[in-house]
Amino acid sequence: MAENILEMRSITKTFPGVKALENVSLDVHRGEIHAICGENGAGKSTLMKVLSGVYPSGDYDGEIIFDGQPASFGGIRDSEHVGIVIIHQELALVPYLSIAENLFLGNERRGRGGLIDWNLANADAAALLASVGLDENPVTPVGQLGVGKQQLVEIAKALSKDVRLLILDEPTAALNDTDSAHLLGLLRKLKDQGITSIMISHKLNEITAIADRVTVIRDGRTVETLSLSAGEVTQERIIRGMVGRDLESFYPDRVSSPGAEVLRVEDWTVWHPTQDRKVVDNASFSVRAGEVVGIAGLMGAGRTELAMSIFGRSYGRDISGHVFVHGEEIKSRTVAEAISHGIAYATEDRKRYGLNLIEDIRRNVSAAALGKLSRHGWVNANEETKVAEQSRRDMNIKAPTVMSIVGKLSGGNQQKVVLSKWLFTDPDVLILDEPTRGIDVGAKYEIYTIINRLVAAGKAVVVISSELPELLGTCDRIYTLSAGRMTGQLPIHEATQERLMELMTKERESVG
Amino acid sequence: MTRTAPPEADPTPQEPAPAVALHTGTSDLRALLTRNLRTSGIYIAFVAIVALFWLLTTNHVSLSPGNITNIVLQYSYILVLAIGMVIVIIAGHIDLSVGSVVALTGAVSAVVVIRGGNPWWVGVLAALVVGIAVGAWHGFWVAYVGIPAFIVTLAGMLLFRGLTQEVLDNISLSPFPPAYGKVATGFLNGLLGGNGYDAFTLLVGAICVGAYAVSGFRTRLARIKYSQPVESFPLFVAKVVLVGVVVMYFAWQLAHARGLPIVLIILGVLILVYGVVTKRTVFGRQVYAIGGNLAAAQLSGVKVKVVNFWIFVNMGFLSAVAGIIFSSRTNGAQPAAGNMFELDAIAACFIGGAAVTGGVGTVAGAMVGALIMAVMSNGMQLMNVDQPIQSVVKGLVLLLAVAFDVYNKRRAGASR
Repeated sequence: MAENILEMRSITKTFPGVKALENVSLDVHRGEIHAICGENGAGKSTLMKVLSGVYPSGDYDGEIIFDGQPASFGGIRDSEHVGIVIIHQELALVPYLSIAENLFLGNERRGRGGLIDWNLANADAAALLASVGLDENPVTPVGQLGVGKQQLVEIAKALSKDVRLLILDEPTAALNDTDSAHLLGLLRKLKDQGITSIMISHKLNEITAIADRVTVIRDGRTVETLSLSAGEVTQERIIRGMVGRDLESFYPDRVSSPGAEVLRVEDWTVWHPTQDRKVVDNASFSVRAGEVVGIAGLMGAGRTELAMSIFGRSYGRDISGHVFVHGEEIKSRTVAEAISHGIAYATEDRKRYGLNLIEDIRRNVSAAALGKLSRHGWVNANEETKVAEQSRRDMNIKAPTVMSIVGKLSGGNQQKVVLSKWLFTDPDVLILDEPTRGIDVGAKYEIYTIINRLVAAGKAVVVISSELPELLGTCDRIYTLSAGRMTGQLPIHEATQERLMELMTKERESVG
Repeated sequence: MTRTAPPEADPTPQEPAPAVALHTGTSDLRALLTRNLRTSGIYIAFVAIVALFWLLTTNHVSLSPGNITNIVLQYSYILVLAIGMVIVIIAGHIDLSVGSVVALTGAVSAVVVIRGGNPWWVGVLAALVVGIAVGAWHGFWVAYVGIPAFIVTLAGMLLFRGLTQEVLDNISLSPFPPAYGKVATGFLNGLLGGNGYDAFTLLVGAICVGAYAVSGFRTRLARIKYSQPVESFPLFVAKVVLVGVVVMYFAWQLAHARGLPIVLIILGVLILVYGVVTKRTVFGRQVYAIGGNLAAAQLSGVKVKVVNFWIFVNMGFLSAVAGIIFSSRTNGAQPAAGNMFELDAIAACFIGGAAVTGGVGTVAGAMVGALIMAVMSNGMQLMNVDQPIQSVVKGLVLLLAVAFDVYNKRRAGASR
């Protein structure tokens, strides 16, 4: 296991205004399973996109040496040509085509006259399916398979391309335990056949079970590479690497004086809208007036799904459980009802779910509470402008007028428009989902200040975030969510990044 | 321990830029035009097209009193359809069935009045009821079952065309009693006398201008009260004068022809009402919100299903109005009536600046779009341009209008 199949040396990748990767180096030994760990946004996916040619050579600094040769990929086809295949978290299969058609998409099995030889294709497909342990007819449409089996089809597709380095981005995030176990078993089998794998994962128990070496990335830099043979691959060690981040961000001071309970959620269970699995599993939490409560969880833990299902059942199916506002149980089946009960939810994806980007600030601020600005269905446009103008000043939205189109504002100012919209509904409890995602440090500080102002005014605030320092800097209490379950609750003086990460990566003990 | 005071380097929140920029900017005509190129472009194009046909037609007949009256009479039902259609399009849908619904409502009215021997208003009521029922049918499938409007109304196009033929036993029905024909071909003339012109028409024109000036002034006062930016007073006066001149010229021409067409009154009321509904009501706002970002609207508590349902009910209602006008104008009901009307109405909306992706568009824009189509068709007819060439020209204008819109959007995106 001496020779490296892949060396990435001092890779630096810059996006406008952000350094996503800085001097990242990665060595992968031939025939090993190499895991890459890091918090959300640490740069793992960017690194893999550099490797697979999604960001073509010249778009980044540094060099890639694959199999002893310097490599410069102009696109994903070039990297596939030398045998690097990446399987993304969102699978790239066409649901209406059969397994065989998907396997050979773009690489069709041709017979005489250039026509596709379906007998040959199906026979080859059957052989590939056998090699990944998938017992399905190759003519079955992929859409009829579960996610776990689709994952296997992706791997079979990679095998059909003579893969030498297989990259899996969060392969088990959407799988249940059985499917996960099967997939990990398959990776081991492929390793025995000499195929090298890189696996990005949040599930530390899986990594410790399967990886030969682990590279930890934090804030776009390589922290360290841990080796199983040196006994370094343990969960504690990985967590230390992932969170050892300086608390260089700053948070405004706040005096905490929580009052009466405003929102309580009990035994909340939500099923995935199309797949047969629970996304939120028996979760309970509560928040009091004047209190900021954090919900920490890694990607796929069910944070957003928890919030959206509470907010007028905007996500999921077969939702069960109880929601209490000011001690009284409420049943809000629509967003309008949730708003009328004093709940507000500011989404993590403001462009898709939060704003009407082609409209101006004025129309966006009023969107969730037009009723307050109207009589008998007639909107008082002047009153609306006044309200928007007030928000622009209070929130320090940097735009020349409230008639500015929201799509042209910076991320931080867009976020302030989202907050303005929800504040205008005059909620008792605000659920803020990744309130500072993708905005610069100055704007973050302003958002934290706004949060402090809200709790000082007696609102209850729930902050969902994957940035642990942010939660530690703003919250009074932090819940941890892992695979849809609440795995812990820490008051702020007991919470540390290490303890939170431990709880966030804790798998369900009951199942083992 | 993480709660440290912000370091010196903390970007102290800057005062938001004061809103003075607007006060000065709105008086600059050129800045006004370029800022609103998307909306003003369509008016400029309209003026250019009117001027073009004024030049091209012999004796400048295109702006003669008789011809202006003709344009209004001939294209009124397209304008009525375009009002409903632009609302449908703003919400991100489409309605392909309106031509068939025009035929069906006209047919029902004809059966009730001509075959049944009922008075004219019973026919009008029956048509409106059928139109609203058709709209509710579409609304049900689009809003509550979740089938794309394209499919639902494509089905409706076939379905209601078939029902029309069934209702009429596949033959034409005519004529209507004279009272019914008044809707589309009647005039209010000579109520106040006048020598060679109709004083009543001029009076109505003057009242319109007066109402425009007063309401504009009141809006202005309200905006000033809320310390909102307004255009400078001379510019405001110039605007009122310009509108006054155009309206009075138009009224003058009508007065010298046959007087004030009844259908123009219907049209004027509809444009006014729907202009206000889209701009000033909660319902109107929600239509824009749904078209601009469906998911965000839903998560803001907009009852998307309800709004979508009523959008289609309204479209059915306006299709019935168009059906009544059309059957009145043609003095009967034909199995093939209203063919391709949907395409004219849709084209009017897009020429008038509505966006294919939804969220953008105005009633006024759609009206101008429809008038552009009307003036072009009418002008080419006056010039004896062959029907096939007319079709080619109209097609190209539609394409260019949307291309201009796309170009504009891209430029706007690049300039940020």
